[in-house]
Amino acid sequence: MRSNFVFQEIWIGLRRNLTMTVALIVVVAISLSLLGTGLLFIKQVNSTRTYWQSKVEISVYMCTADSANTTCHGAYTQAQYAQINQTLHSMPQVQNVFFQTQDQAYTQFKQFFANDQAYVSTVKPNDIPASFEVKLKNPEADYNIVYSAVNGAAGVDLVVNEMTILDKFYKLLDGLRNAVVIVALILVVAAVLLVSNTIRLSAFNRRRETGIMRLVGASNLYIQMPFLLEGVIAGLFGWVLAAGLLIGVKSLLLNNLQQYFSYNVGLSTGDLVQVIVLAMCVGVLLCGVTSFVTLRRYLRV
Amino acid sequence: MIEFQNVTKIYPNQNRAALENVDLTIEKGEFVFLVGPSGSGKSSFLRLALREEKPSTGRILVAGKDLARLPNYKVPHLRRRIGCVFQDFRLLSNKSVYQNVAFALEVIGKPRRFIKRVVPEVIDLVGLEGKHERMPNELSGGEQQRVAMARAFVNRPQILLADEPTGNIDPATSIGIMKVLDRINRTGTTVVMATHDAAIVDSMRKRVIELEYGKIVRDQVRGVYGQAY
Repeated sequence: MRSNFVFQEIWIGLRRNLTMTVALIVVVAISLSLLGTGLLFIKQVNSTRTYWQSKVEISVYMCTADSANTTCHGAYTQAQYAQINQTLHSMPQVQNVFFQTQDQAYTQFKQFFANDQAYVSTVKPNDIPASFEVKLKNPEADYNIVYSAVNGAAGVDLVVNEMTILDKFYKLLDGLRNAVVIVALILVVAAVLLVSNTIRLSAFNRRRETGIMRLVGASNLYIQMPFLLEGVIAGLFGWVLAAGLLIGVKSLLLNNLQQYFSYNVGLSTGDLVQVIVLAMCVGVLLCGVTSFVTLRRYLRV
Repeated sequence: MIEFQNVTKIYPNQNRAALENVDLTIEKGEFVFLVGPSGSGKSSFLRLALREEKPSTGRILVAGKDLARLPNYKVPHLRRRIGCVFQDFRLLSNKSVYQNVAFALEVIGKPRRFIKRVVPEVIDLVGLEGKHERMPNELSGGEQQRVAMARAFVNRPQILLADEPTGNIDPATSIGIMKVLDRINRTGTTVVMATHDAAIVDSMRKRVIELEYGKIVRDQVRGVYGQAY
């Protein structure tokens, strides 16, 4: 195969329908970068989720002397404490249990609101409940089991699962991610149609050449290669743009998210590279396969 | 070289056969005229021999190959053994004479050195010495057809199929075209020429096959265009 002949043909083809090629490159770039953004989001959400899941606890608040809850009859007793302590320790789902006394809780409370002395002074140590901070091995699956074991037990005021608070946050992130992925998929469909159209136009523009090539016995591969590579090269151009956009998304958007969190949620460069490489595979495959299928239909022997 | 065995071709959505029970053999090195009115099946015959179409029934052998058994990927190799010339020349208007002829070799992957040696020889053979760099629109119809013949012949095919090559050319120039075809035939190439041109057929005194409504009505070894016309 004469490679410079093929490249000459590709160049002619790309230049001849320049507007279509530019449109194709832009659509491929946008769809790939949205797809990549979706993937980055998935990675981001997963990394925060893993981080949080190792941190979330169930808080079992014990009754205080003046709890409003009707199941409480004054402050919890020592027997009730022992009962619940024993229940929690005996459960296989529980990783560890930490009991925070009223005094400890009050000290912590004073620390949190150190800037607001007026607020601190109105709250008495007895108002702050003691609690079991229960850490679960698998918070998502085991929460209900542990919850029902201690909820409503004598001496227990309230059981709070931190997961439920986080869930709202995750729902938001998941929704955002799904929206990005759906838009990306719609654009991928648009890109497929555009590739198909561009190749068809290109094949139509050069039907005289291809007709003569067939006549003099050029192999199918030889006839189709310039068109196929035309699609793939446009896809590669689109991918390069998409890679730039993805780097932008990561450094401008996701890295700025970091400042709202006190812990490390940042994605590594490795994650970014992984997404960009994946975007390239998707882009090249998308354009290559679409071109190939189109050519099957429009450049028969 | 070309053998049709009881070939019938009916195009989709047509009740009349384009070719009906055509049975003929063209030997290696023969020069054959295919005559008959428009729609008599001349072009279908050529398309079938090129395997641009497949027969509805019957068997076709070209250059020793049974076309029905030839897998699609081998069709290009068949076509490398067949040269083609058409009424409308089919040249690439953005390429020079030399480039048009060289194109046929480039696209089948011939080495550049081979192309540089062979192309000028063939251009000279068809009588276009010194016109290598001309563009097709600077040439007369006869000269354009010579370029097309050079392109068809440059790969030294065993068979040359010509579909009304003189159809767009005045009679005086046609004689030159026929001389080139005759020269090509003398190198051992089988030439099959479909034509309407009675004067040419009569002057050449070659084998004439006449088609009418898709059937062979006459096959003469040293024929003329036709008594009836």
